[in-house]
Amino acid sequence: MPALVGLAFLVLPLAGLLVRAPWSSLPARLAEPGILAALRLSLLTSTLATAVSLALGVPLAWLLARTAFPGRRLVRALVTVPLVLPPVVGGVALLLVFGRRGLLGGWLDATFGFTLPFTTVGVVVAEAFVAMPFLVISVEGALRGADARYEEAAATLGASRWTAFRRVTLPMIAPGVAAGAVLCWARALGEFGATITFAGNFPGRTQTMPLAVYLALEQDLDAAIVLSLLLLVVSVAVLAALRDKWIFT
Amino acid sequence: MDLHVTGASLAAHIVVRRAAFTLDVALTAEPGEVVALLGPNGAGKTTALRALAGLLPLDDGQIVLNDRRIDDPAIRAFTMPEHRRIGVVFQDYLLFPHLSALENVAFGPRARGVPRAAARAAAADWLGRVGLAEHLRARPRQLSGGQAQRVALARALATDPQLLLLDEPLAALDARTRVETRAQLRGHLAGFGGATVLVTHDPLDAMMLADRLVIVEDGRVVQTGDAAAITTRPQTDYVARLVGLNLYRGRSAGNTVVLPGSFPLTTATSQEGDVFVAFPPAAVALYAQQPSGSPRNTWRATVASVSRHGDALRIELVGPLPVAADVTPAAAVQLELEPGREVWASLKATEATSYPAG
Repeated sequence: MPALVGLAFLVLPLAGLLVRAPWSSLPARLAEPGILAALRLSLLTSTLATAVSLALGVPLAWLLARTAFPGRRLVRALVTVPLVLPPVVGGVALLLVFGRRGLLGGWLDATFGFTLPFTTVGVVVAEAFVAMPFLVISVEGALRGADARYEEAAATLGASRWTAFRRVTLPMIAPGVAAGAVLCWARALGEFGATITFAGNFPGRTQTMPLAVYLALEQDLDAAIVLSLLLLVVSVAVLAALRDKWIFT
Repeated sequence: MDLHVTGASLAAHIVVRRAAFTLDVALTAEPGEVVALLGPNGAGKTTALRALAGLLPLDDGQIVLNDRRIDDPAIRAFTMPEHRRIGVVFQDYLLFPHLSALENVAFGPRARGVPRAAARAAAADWLGRVGLAEHLRARPRQLSGGQAQRVALARALATDPQLLLLDEPLAALDARTRVETRAQLRGHLAGFGGATVLVTHDPLDAMMLADRLVIVEDGRVVQTGDAAAITTRPQTDYVARLVGLNLYRGRSAGNTVVLPGSFPLTTATSQEGDVFVAFPPAAVALYAQQPSGSPRNTWRATVASVSRHGDALRIELVGPLPVAADVTPAAAVQLELEPGREVWASLKATEATSYPAG
């Protein structure tokens, strides 16, 4: 019984979304330029945030899984903080560092005349900050599950650490990296709190889908439902496309 | 101890310290020579191999390969494994599961900068030499144990190493494949010009594959020599059990050796002082009554256990001299041998050899 209640609890809201959707006016609403712009921005920024997370998170996961250094446990704890931190707090923290008068932001502004907050790049930074831990945790788990002795075998064959990682370890942990990237991408796609705090809500520049949903909710309920439906479809489609390949094997 | 060995391909004094264990073994191998590190599990054989390969730094001692000092903590010299010219065949082979047999063997040449086409050609050549020309495209999981072992050997040899290390190369194989693979491995090792160090706990593998045996127990070398010397003159209980001999230590005066417990044993050989006495279990005869015409080495003993040993039965006896005896099943039935049974044991003096200890 509790299992059924649990299932209903998770499924009913989604069903409600489908029931209340303004199906007749759906095509027209989807064609509205604001919606397309928000969708394009969301896909672009979450993909870029995933790319940033891969570039920085995979080496970080390798460091955590394969090397012993003092304070490693502390580093792992710090990596997981954004997982539990309320995203709004993350946004505030990012502002304090990268804001025009922030620790790094002031220097960036003075040196390059470049500011992050309230720009599209700012959206990517906010999303990566929140989503990267998902990737790091997933890849670190895959690395711990992979036998490090294959790297040793590669070393005896003359491979440098980098070659061994690229040609042996990475192919072996590919499913874990892919699963982590999907989780990371999905988290970035849904990011709201840190984005609105750090990057604001400017249509076409920083207004991603979740932000557009929130804004629409105050003005036009049907528009909010359409946007939500669109997000739901995109998320489920990605999950379904990758499901059999990697995540649930 | 510093090593000043010239001519040797490998000269190593390996010292690795662990909390409960110290490995301290000296090892040399000439070009073309196969040296077996033989010892019980946990003796430190694999640790020694890892140190040679550079996967584990020495705590003391040094490793010199072809006049190059590749590990010497005293002068802070350490060559990373990828820069040593050492090929390793790991116990479970560690073939890269996502690469074909061909790509596995080509991995070494590729990592050392050989162009892709040339590396593949060399790999195909090596796989042909180990009889796997038909399996170039196979993934490791599609190969049988014996085939995987040969791919691992080809992969190690394809890097043209100065030293080849084999960690229990036959342990993962079933009995039948093992005999066949051992014979092939022997052929490939004979054709390899560099030095080979082989680690095994199987005396048969060691004796069939190696020119020289180095026996390691508890992190130390207890005996070295060729198969003939080891099998006829074991220096420790472990070696004696390995080669199937009863071994005792005592003091000899002429043809009589006094063993612990003042047990006198007449031997075929004449020695003075501290000696080992060794004889095969088949040299011990058992009787229900005290044998008449009493040979000199006769004593009362109690059967402790009976087990199969090839075609014979291995009888463990306790008494003044704990000893293993081999008897035929027919004799065992006739003598009603079972644990607790009292018998007379006798040993022909001509079968017992003594030799100086240490």
